Amino acid sequence: MTDTLKATETRATHLRPGWRTTPAARFAAEFAESPLAVAALLLTLTLALLALFANFITPQNPYDLAQLDIMEGMQPPGSTSFDGAMTYHLGTDEQGRDMLSAIVFGLRMSLGVGAMSTVIALSIGMSIGVLAAYFGGRVDAVIMRVVDLQLSFPAILVALILLAVLGKGVDKVIFALIIVQWAYYARTVRGTALVERRKEYIEAASCLALSHRRIVLRHLLPNCLPPLIVVATVQIANAIALEATLSFLGVGVPITEPSLGLLIANGYDYMLSGKYWISFFPGVALLITIVAINLVGDQLRDVMNPRLKR
Amino acid sequence: MSAPTLEVRNLETHFLTRDGVVKAVDGVSFQVGAGEILGLVGESGSGKSITGFSILGLVDAPGRIAGGEILFQGRDLVPLPERERRKLRGSKIAMIFQDPMMTLNPVLRIDTQMTEAVRAHRDVSKARALEIAREALVKVGIASPDERLASYPHQFSGGMRQRVAIAIAFLNEPELIIADEPTTALDVTIQGQILHEAQTLCRETGTAMIWITHDLAVVAGLADHICVMYAGRVVEQGPIDAVLDQPAHPYTVGLIGSVPSRNRRGGRLFQIPGMTPSLLNLQPGCAFRSRCPRADAACLDEPPVHAASQGRQVRCAHPHDQPLETVLQSSAGGQEASL
Amino acid sequence: MSAGLQAGGLQSSDAEAPAERRPILHAEGVSKRFVKRLDFAGRIAQRLGSSIREETVHAVDGVDLTVGAGEVVGLVGESGCGKSTFGRMVAGILPPSAGTLAFDGKPVWRNGRVAGHDTALAIQMIFQDPFASLDPRMRVEEIIGEAPQVHGLVPRGEVADYVAEVMLRVGLDPDFRRRYPHQFSGGQRQRIGIARALAVKPRFLVCDEAIAALDVSIQAQVINLFMDLRRDLDLTYLFISHDLSVVEHIADRVVIMYLGRVVEIATTEDIFDAPNHPYTQALLSEVPRIELRKRRYQPVKGEIPSPLDPPPGCHFHPRCPHASERCRIERPALREIAPGRWSACHLND
Repeated sequence: MTDTLKATETRATHLRPGWRTTPAARFAAEFAESPLAVAALLLTLTLALLALFANFITPQNPYDLAQLDIMEGMQPPGSTSFDGAMTYHLGTDEQGRDMLSAIVFGLRMSLGVGAMSTVIALSIGMSIGVLAAYFGGRVDAVIMRVVDLQLSFPAILVALILLAVLGKGVDKVIFALIIVQWAYYARTVRGTALVERRKEYIEAASCLALSHRRIVLRHLLPNCLPPLIVVATVQIANAIALEATLSFLGVGVPITEPSLGLLIANGYDYMLSGKYWISFFPGVALLITIVAINLVGDQLRDVMNPRLKR
Repeated sequence: MSAPTLEVRNLETHFLTRDGVVKAVDGVSFQVGAGEILGLVGESGSGKSITGFSILGLVDAPGRIAGGEILFQGRDLVPLPERERRKLRGSKIAMIFQDPMMTLNPVLRIDTQMTEAVRAHRDVSKARALEIAREALVKVGIASPDERLASYPHQFSGGMRQRVAIAIAFLNEPELIIADEPTTALDVTIQGQILHEAQTLCRETGTAMIWITHDLAVVAGLADHICVMYAGRVVEQGPIDAVLDQPAHPYTVGLIGSVPSRNRRGGRLFQIPGMTPSLLNLQPGCAFRSRCPRADAACLDEPPVHAASQGRQVRCAHPHDQPLETVLQSSAGGQEASL
Repeated sequence: MSAGLQAGGLQSSDAEAPAERRPILHAEGVSKRFVKRLDFAGRIAQRLGSSIREETVHAVDGVDLTVGAGEVVGLVGESGCGKSTFGRMVAGILPPSAGTLAFDGKPVWRNGRVAGHDTALAIQMIFQDPFASLDPRMRVEEIIGEAPQVHGLVPRGEVADYVAEVMLRVGLDPDFRRRYPHQFSGGQRQRIGIARALAVKPRFLVCDEAIAALDVSIQAQVINLFMDLRRDLDLTYLFISHDLSVVEHIADRVVIMYLGRVVEIATTEDIFDAPNHPYTQALLSEVPRIELRKRRYQPVKGEIPSPLDPPPGCHFHPRCPHASERCRIERPALREIAPGRWSACHLND
């Protein structure tokens, strides 16, 4: 009997040849269906790499005050330095910083702050959301009320108040961004986890007498991740934008280590007097970054949806 | 004999996917006359639902009708522009879906939806349309129709919703109704009610009906003719008694044989080994041969269609020609022996 | 009433009368209530005089049942009858609100949790949906091998061989063990689910509509598999299904439920040849059968009531052709009307 069955059961349907067998590989293949998204992903990765290796690729280190010469300040794009050693492709700001270098370092700061705050907020929000969904009842009710409370305040308001209390500094900015963002992840994960929790494979796990810890970590969480990845991607862009806003308002990162937002703020006063490049180029850089990340997030979200039908 | 209400000839509906061409419907032919009920039977992947959608022109990209003719009252529907099809849909040809929420709009009241459906095809006043709607609800056996008319779909149970969906299908006195597994998701006692309504209505109004299902028992009680589909093709068709009492195609034999009530209680069920083949890039020849006990080299070619009297047809190189009991006895003996 | 549903003569399988079997599962007064509590706003509304109230669904309402070792008991009913909920209480997934459930003499539940490791593993469930019942992110070998490994049933080094053995037993090719669920068909996924349950060496299987989502020709394969496993591994089944023809084929005894209550229990022959309860009679007459052509359906009237608002007295009385005044008021008790036959109907008095 077994042999007859074995002979005829040797083919799994839906099997696609080659590498596309793991869920991750299938996912990558579907993502690649949109050339725009792939381009945006490559752009984002390029920006990230630039930011990572900022020290090595920029002609000047804008944080090193010794390298700056205030006499070089306010030079328009394309001009060369006094000693002819370097060309200021994008001009200089009022302190003599090469805009190109400043933008790359600013990008590093923006991406760094955005990514770190997102990752930490994601971890915290995800844990809390999954626990709320898994245990339900009063635990869920309490956690969700806290989340609702948190989300009812505008992000910028909460961040401003926190920074006013805590003072300036990169670590404080990251902290504020985490506080502002975690609730959003918690709510998103809870929604997904509630759906997944009702699914029969979770019931099967409890039927097999697996511990709560194992069910949550090994079964529930990995299946809640996909929608989270989408949210997180777009949220990085939001975090960057929020940090830019905070820095623009003067409560964000310190002047000595500017992010893109701060660079924009610095040059703001000169916008109308013809020295546009001090604000403009950081603004363009910020725009490109956020758009690229959003495009990647869009495609991720679209890929997620048909997958639900599997 | 008058012309059939619907005649499908060599219908082909293909889906162009990333991995290849899926011939969901691959040369299907049948006909239905006025007042007749045709049971279109098959399992998942047989193409029965796609056939129904193709007739109504509801196949979306990447699928398209790749060939054949759909003659509705002598008129070919395939080359018809969408504008013309829309005039037919909901008036002359109606569809009942497995999920009644595919027919019912959750945010509109029932009376709004039904009067809308009437007035889309007929020039009548709102009052008259409401009256028509009310009569339709009574005809499907809904007590207190006024109360139901004023309600929203979510206030109904599944069986009630399906009954409303059937009422909507019959609203404009169609010539043909295509029902795609309408009772599969319903409980047995409710299914009985729905089958009763559908059958009565068809007989009274002379509407032709195609009942798509995987359940042979439902078809047995309801249909006049039956069409058995496998992997996009009709493998056997004919009058219901002829096909169910003396099936010729090995798949039909297997299907009927594996129904538990036909087997010795507690004994091993007659089973068709293996699985439905993937429709992706299907090999030529008989699609059933990998699971057929009678298959041989002849089955690598396109199986011939044997036509007998009364619309009886079999697409097979080695059709059975003995009564079902005899066939099952010999096959069952073979199955028991292999244990 | 019916002319018998079998084409070839009536023969029961390993026919042992239930009385000769050692009881392995005993349910007494088992109930499950789902209460939708009012939230803060609701409670205020109630104080202010609104008619809003807590909604209680009696999904399962006092079920008494004994299953003998090696038996197959079919549990039949339509939506809202509580059969799936009852199955989950037996399998250790949902704790009962009231009543006792004992397996092999030992209680299954204690303080809202399953009492005892061995009991938990001894009763396993096969689920309905072959798509949702497997973790999409785990490979087949992980799905099947997880529980035996975690519970130490199999020494670490032997897990791979053990998984292969279990896969063969359910008719799967062990070469597929590193594949993911989405790469299998519905029937194969169901086999994986069965393998997962078998891997912990259960003695009792609750099959919750385990074949409902499969194609007819695959159903026959899986039914045969169930019967082989029963014989080879000496399993006991609680087979939950709405499909009467399948239940008739595989079950020794049948339990009919309606809106949370048991209305009839009898051997398969008795139920199908001479159903006692009006609901059972209606159910059986409604079932389409392949031998009956062009039938005139005489459906039972009325909708299945909502479990939120069940009719008083006997739940079935609004739809029953024999209903009397007493049926409207008094709930009929499940009584033994003949040896091994139980029915909850006032007409038997």
